[in-house]
Amino acid sequence: MSETLVITGAQLLGAESADIIVENGVIAEIGSGLSRSGARVIDAAGLVALPGLVDLHTHLREPGYEASETILTGTRAAAAGGFTAVFAMPNTSPVADTAGVVEQELALGEAAGYATVQPIGAVTVGQKGERLAELGAMATSRAQVRVFSDDGFCVFDPLIMRRALEYVKSFDGVIAQHAQDPRLTEGAQMNEGTVSAELGLAGWPAVAEESIIARDVLLAEHVGSRLHVCHLSTAGSVDIIRWAKKRGISVTAEVTPHHLLLTDELVRGYDARYKVNPPLRREEDVLAVREGLADGTIDIVATDHAPHPSEHKACEWQAAANGMVGLESALRVVHQSMVATGLIGWDDVARVMSAAPARIGRLAGHGTPLQVGAPAHLALYDASVAGVFTEADLHGRSRNSPYLGRDLPGRVEYTVHGGVLTVNEGSLVEELRA
Amino acid sequence: MRHLLDTRTLDRETALRILDVAEDMSDTQSREVKKLPTLRGKTVVNLFFEDSTRTRISFEAAAKRLSADVINFAAKGSSVSKGESLKDTAQTLQAMGADAVVIRHPASGAPQTLATSGWISAGVVNAGDGTHEHPTQALLDAFTIRKRRFGADSRGRDLSGVRVVIVGDVLHSRVARSNVWLLSTLGADVTLVSPPTLVPQNVSLWPAKVVYDLDQALAEGPDAVMMLRIQLERMNAAYFPTEREYSRRWGLDARRVASLPDGSIVMHPGPMNRGLEISSEAADSPRSTVLEQVTNGVSIRMAVLYLLLAGERDDERGGDQ
Repeated sequence: MSETLVITGAQLLGAESADIIVENGVIAEIGSGLSRSGARVIDAAGLVALPGLVDLHTHLREPGYEASETILTGTRAAAAGGFTAVFAMPNTSPVADTAGVVEQELALGEAAGYATVQPIGAVTVGQKGERLAELGAMATSRAQVRVFSDDGFCVFDPLIMRRALEYVKSFDGVIAQHAQDPRLTEGAQMNEGTVSAELGLAGWPAVAEESIIARDVLLAEHVGSRLHVCHLSTAGSVDIIRWAKKRGISVTAEVTPHHLLLTDELVRGYDARYKVNPPLRREEDVLAVREGLADGTIDIVATDHAPHPSEHKACEWQAAANGMVGLESALRVVHQSMVATGLIGWDDVARVMSAAPARIGRLAGHGTPLQVGAPAHLALYDASVAGVFTEADLHGRSRNSPYLGRDLPGRVEYTVHGGVLTVNEGSLVEELRA
Repeated sequence: MRHLLDTRTLDRETALRILDVAEDMSDTQSREVKKLPTLRGKTVVNLFFEDSTRTRISFEAAAKRLSADVINFAAKGSSVSKGESLKDTAQTLQAMGADAVVIRHPASGAPQTLATSGWISAGVVNAGDGTHEHPTQALLDAFTIRKRRFGADSRGRDLSGVRVVIVGDVLHSRVARSNVWLLSTLGADVTLVSPPTLVPQNVSLWPAKVVYDLDQALAEGPDAVMMLRIQLERMNAAYFPTEREYSRRWGLDARRVASLPDGSIVMHPGPMNRGLEISSEAADSPRSTVLEQVTNGVSIRMAVLYLLLAGERDDERGGDQ
């Protein structure tokens, strides 16, 4: 059994101060002046208490790409960022398109212990977009998969997309679409606009994302299914989701921290750390996705944590891999782009980074409010400090963070996963006391 | 000058200085003995990831006439998956003691990556990167325009008021990009003429006008018409329907070249597709500067290598005229 924790003086969702007792993996008591003999006391005065963060979009790279990340290293990165659950995208090798692979990922996550690993299954066999994978088998496996995605690839064939949306209704699943028209983005290297025109990099037009989202919300409406839109990145995409929600379509949407903060101006130095799919967009798009997140059009923030070994980034832009690591920096970037700007409060952060992603992914026992009886997944965050983001902040296997050398506010001081401290006084716990 | 990576960030003063030094270099090239001792003991590496015999031999001639040692390195492949990485190649050249690296690469930005990565301490000259820039081409084009206009009186002059029309596949052209920036920095008015499919989707920040109709642009009586090479494989990607239609609408045929005012020049960076973007009448007319461009290219590249390697850096200007 996990140890007993007495957390004193934490600000619940940044509001009133309270003591929290964690016992046997659950929140046993919330109040003032609490104590337990023999318990570890955590002085959380001034720290924001958040429910453990849940990431609906993580690449853990295992099995198959262990040079980039493993389930152990990836969940260590997650814990360092205040996450207690991550949804693992299926673009592994082999692809997570069978019950066997998703069960293996689940087991590796349980063994690691740093965060709950919830596998996402591929929509189509091998993510090739041709035949449906055995979605039902993955759903009824021990991994109880509810989210299906061919992330990295778009389910481009409209008929396959329609069938997938329909099929997963029988087990309350959701299709998480990577919206990217492959024909309009052949050879694409960066957002198509003034900067790509100057740099001579093949353009990645906003319409390639927006046209797929528009098609998919109409398909979801037609068949009465649930659709989740991964990492939307353009002002136009926000408008389409807003329209779809007003119409009553069952669609949810996510934005990444980097699309809330960074723009395509950063590509000017051809530094491949800024190469990502979908690409960094214009300032207008950044402002639009912030507004969309603030007004609820966009439901969640998800990291799209995408580790790559250094040789895939220390090269010409065109030869470099797409993707950025993001688990360790996500909360701090949301703090800077959304909270410090006054667009949302800490209660909203708990919604978009914990409650809503757990709900969309149907992950029981996560994203629950900080209340007595809830599983003890929580993060204690010091919002009063700031500092330069360095490699020392990274805990995964890869270093491809766009934030290295950049000032970011805040610091995750403690993370508790199922009653087990995974981050203690700002440092990752090496030997978990589970 | 530490590197020459683009013309986008080249200021007017530096650009004029390169052109003026190139005038000096050009003067030496009419002597019986063309070779100067200036860069003796320096090593220039021509690092070409893309076949381009013309540009390579131009740089090679420039370096040799300045008495530098030249190493030609034809590298195959560029990504991790296709052979040796740019990083490993760069570090190899560093270990061999290269003083300057002239790089031609199919990926936009590769010269900048090479110059800023810390892999190498040599000066880097961009000899054409992907669809980004080709700064020495633009410099030799500006030099050629200036020389035709002002002759022996060229030194110190910019291109104020000169009207240049650039015609063709602007989207994929590093020559067009470098010329847009450099010519406008030097005061010229630049008009781009292109099929709408072959101009970048958003050029609102470019110091150039874009029109689709070649006859309309030529009716304004430009001082220079620069034809870009059209790659035939563009046809297969639906940029234009057929070679014939392209030629009819955007080719510099005999009729169009005859309509130009006296004194207008016709330029082409080579190699030309005769009968496609340029007719033989245009290419072989007295207006054509095609071979002057080649000659001037050597002078410009001598000037660039000289400014990069002859000990002068930005903080210690002057004294070598």
